[in-house]
Amino acid sequence: MNIIVILFPLALGLGLIGLGAFFWCMRSGQFADLEGSAWRILQDDDEA
Amino acid sequence: MAAQSLSAQDLSVFVSHRDGGIASMELAVDGIRCAGCMQAIEKGLGREPAILGARVNLALKRVSVEWREALLRPEAVVEKLAALGFKAYPFVPERQEDGAAAEEKRLLRGVGVAGFAAMNIMLLSVSVWSGNSGDIDPATRDFFHWLSALIALPTAAYAGRPFFESALRALKAGAVNMDVPITIGVVLALAMSVAETWNHGHHAYFDGVVMLLFFLLIGRYLDQLMRRRTRDLAGNLAALKAETATRLGADGSWISVPIAAIAAGDQVLVRPGERVSVDGLVLTGRSELDQSLVTGETSPAAVGVGERVHAGTLNLTGALTVRVEAAGQGTLLDEIDRLMSQAVGSRSRYVRLSDRAARLYAPVVHTLSAATFLGWLLIGGADWPVALMIAVTVLIITCPCALGLAIPAVQVVAASALFRRRIMLKEGDALERLAEADIAVFDKTGTLTLPEPDILNPDALPSERRAEIGALAAASHHPLAQALSRALGSPSARTDVHEERGQGLSTTQHGEETRLGSVGFCGAEAEAVPVLAAHPGASLIAYRRGAYRTVLALGQKLRPEAQETLRALRAAGLEIAILSGDRPEAVAPIADELGVSFVRAGLLPGDKLELLDGMAAKGRKVLMVGDGLNDAPALAGAHVSISPVSATHLAQAAADIVFLGDGLKPVADALAIARKARRLMLENLWFAVLYNAVAVPIAMAGLATPLVAAAAMSGSSLVVTINALRARNSAAGPEASA
Repeated sequence: MNIIVILFPLALGLGLIGLGAFFWCMRSGQFADLEGSAWRILQDDDEA
Repeated sequence: MAAQSLSAQDLSVFVSHRDGGIASMELAVDGIRCAGCMQAIEKGLGREPAILGARVNLALKRVSVEWREALLRPEAVVEKLAALGFKAYPFVPERQEDGAAAEEKRLLRGVGVAGFAAMNIMLLSVSVWSGNSGDIDPATRDFFHWLSALIALPTAAYAGRPFFESALRALKAGAVNMDVPITIGVVLALAMSVAETWNHGHHAYFDGVVMLLFFLLIGRYLDQLMRRRTRDLAGNLAALKAETATRLGADGSWISVPIAAIAAGDQVLVRPGERVSVDGLVLTGRSELDQSLVTGETSPAAVGVGERVHAGTLNLTGALTVRVEAAGQGTLLDEIDRLMSQAVGSRSRYVRLSDRAARLYAPVVHTLSAATFLGWLLIGGADWPVALMIAVTVLIITCPCALGLAIPAVQVVAASALFRRRIMLKEGDALERLAEADIAVFDKTGTLTLPEPDILNPDALPSERRAEIGALAAASHHPLAQALSRALGSPSARTDVHEERGQGLSTTQHGEETRLGSVGFCGAEAEAVPVLAAHPGASLIAYRRGAYRTVLALGQKLRPEAQETLRALRAAGLEIAILSGDRPEAVAPIADELGVSFVRAGLLPGDKLELLDGMAAKGRKVLMVGDGLNDAPALAGAHVSISPVSATHLAQAAADIVFLGDGLKPVADALAIARKARRLMLENLWFAVLYNAVAVPIAMAGLATPLVAAAAMSGSSLVVTINALRARNSAAGPEASA
């Protein structure tokens, strides 16, 4: 039973970290262009 | 045609300035198709030291560029892009877009919060469900329920706001919308769950409520995404038109600027052969205007000092200086203005499929749930809290989330399928209306035919004389000569020519007099007879050098794919009609070639609208395809309308759907995709009905537990979404090549 006291805050905390990450992604405009990002990963930036 | 004029333009109105001497500009870029283009643009601009950053938005086909203001003029950015092979058109992002973007962000945050809460509450709920059928300690269950309440209540207060606000607005206006039952359901379910938890009950609906909000918010978000995307694309289209005007600068020089930079009070120069791009009063000069695009009147009208000119008319003979009264939108000709306001009514009466479903849904659900409450109270002999709990279960389980997702999910998938075929939706409900169309009405000039006239008898033009004739034609401002020079690849103009107004051009080459102009001017009457017989309705332009004479017929060529498009539309059960403002003898050959028998020619803009209204009164759903100013009222008045991207500004603004490219096939593609989308929407709605027909009796019988509600809700949402994805693989044939 006592394990719940540890596990639930842990689960909630992990969830909140995920939510925070989602908000951060939104704020930094990562959802502004859903098509471009898929291609950007394939670009070779060595020469830049 | 816009590219060469852009280089000489003043683009400073489009630049926004930031601290530290950094300037930035947004550009709509024509021709971004793939990742390679994206990389080419970003790398290419990045090599320029003054440019700090360039970022392409592939979804919107835009690029935003930042540079050090002192080192670079904005025109140089456009030139750089042109050197990389991309035509770019700057534009000012509209303020309206910002509001829509904020709403979209709010919904997305709501989706995030509701998703987080739904996952965590489900974690607790699954434990309770399995415990309920086992031997859970009542104290543990209460603890889990309270923990769920702790997550669910703030979540509902935050993520439920869009629904609560919309429901309140509707109630204040004395109406009921979909959000009213949602709000009632959410509030009642939360209240009952708290009461149940307080009384150490077995069942709480915190998970159901939060999941409901999660799914509904996804539907709302997709809907908003679709609306913003259509608006963004409409903004791109406006920028791509890149209409320009020649403005008198403060230093007395003439400079070419985009229409967006022209303000009332500016002085604008309109050369002969140019289209007037503003509305205003003539300050100096006198000329004749071709108003056929606007009024359908083919004979030119004379204008002089102090008289009014309108955007869209063609300046024929003399240069005019015009004081601008209204730019951009334009004040329009009174006639078109009156027709436009008359035309808009019919479309606003259209009720979207989702709204029709909502109108049925709300009363039915409320009646069922009230009947359940009374039934259990009076006939079933239950206590009122029990009866109320069962009634609330009915409200939750009828769950409009399948309804809320049924239509937006299909729309988003279908819109991106259209977009890949270079078709852009400007109105969200255009797909639904297009699917209903049963008669397709085409304009002729610029719609069935290409907007630019072309040479109809190329064999009359010896290849060794092409360059010479092109150079001669380029020297004239006459619209016909300009068209000929474009058809011959826009060579650079000869300078040593003499122009006789209204007759033609003459020059001397190797001692021989060379003429290009009217048939009479070149003395080519004999050569003209067979050409005119072969191409009735075409405009003739003659060429003479020494004893050699030839007559070229300039006219409109059918758009590519016109035949197969009309065939596809007929196969889809649509009747085809041509309504044209042009002369009957010019329309007849085109109609014959396409096999269209329903033809009306010589129509004024008002006649077109009247004919469409007549068809609508007979219950026909008209699809109007047109591009001219004279089509704008008809485009606005039709059940649904499509314009090519070459259309005039006003026609494009009035159309629901705009397609890129020269071919006409997008019209047939759009219809096929719209029909498929509508079928999927209806399937989804019927699925929601079927689901409720099974689930509601279970809930009314009092057998639904939170577990049943959760399974039913997520199951139905999944089915509806997966069904919507089928709109991707459309029957409309292959996509436009990348």
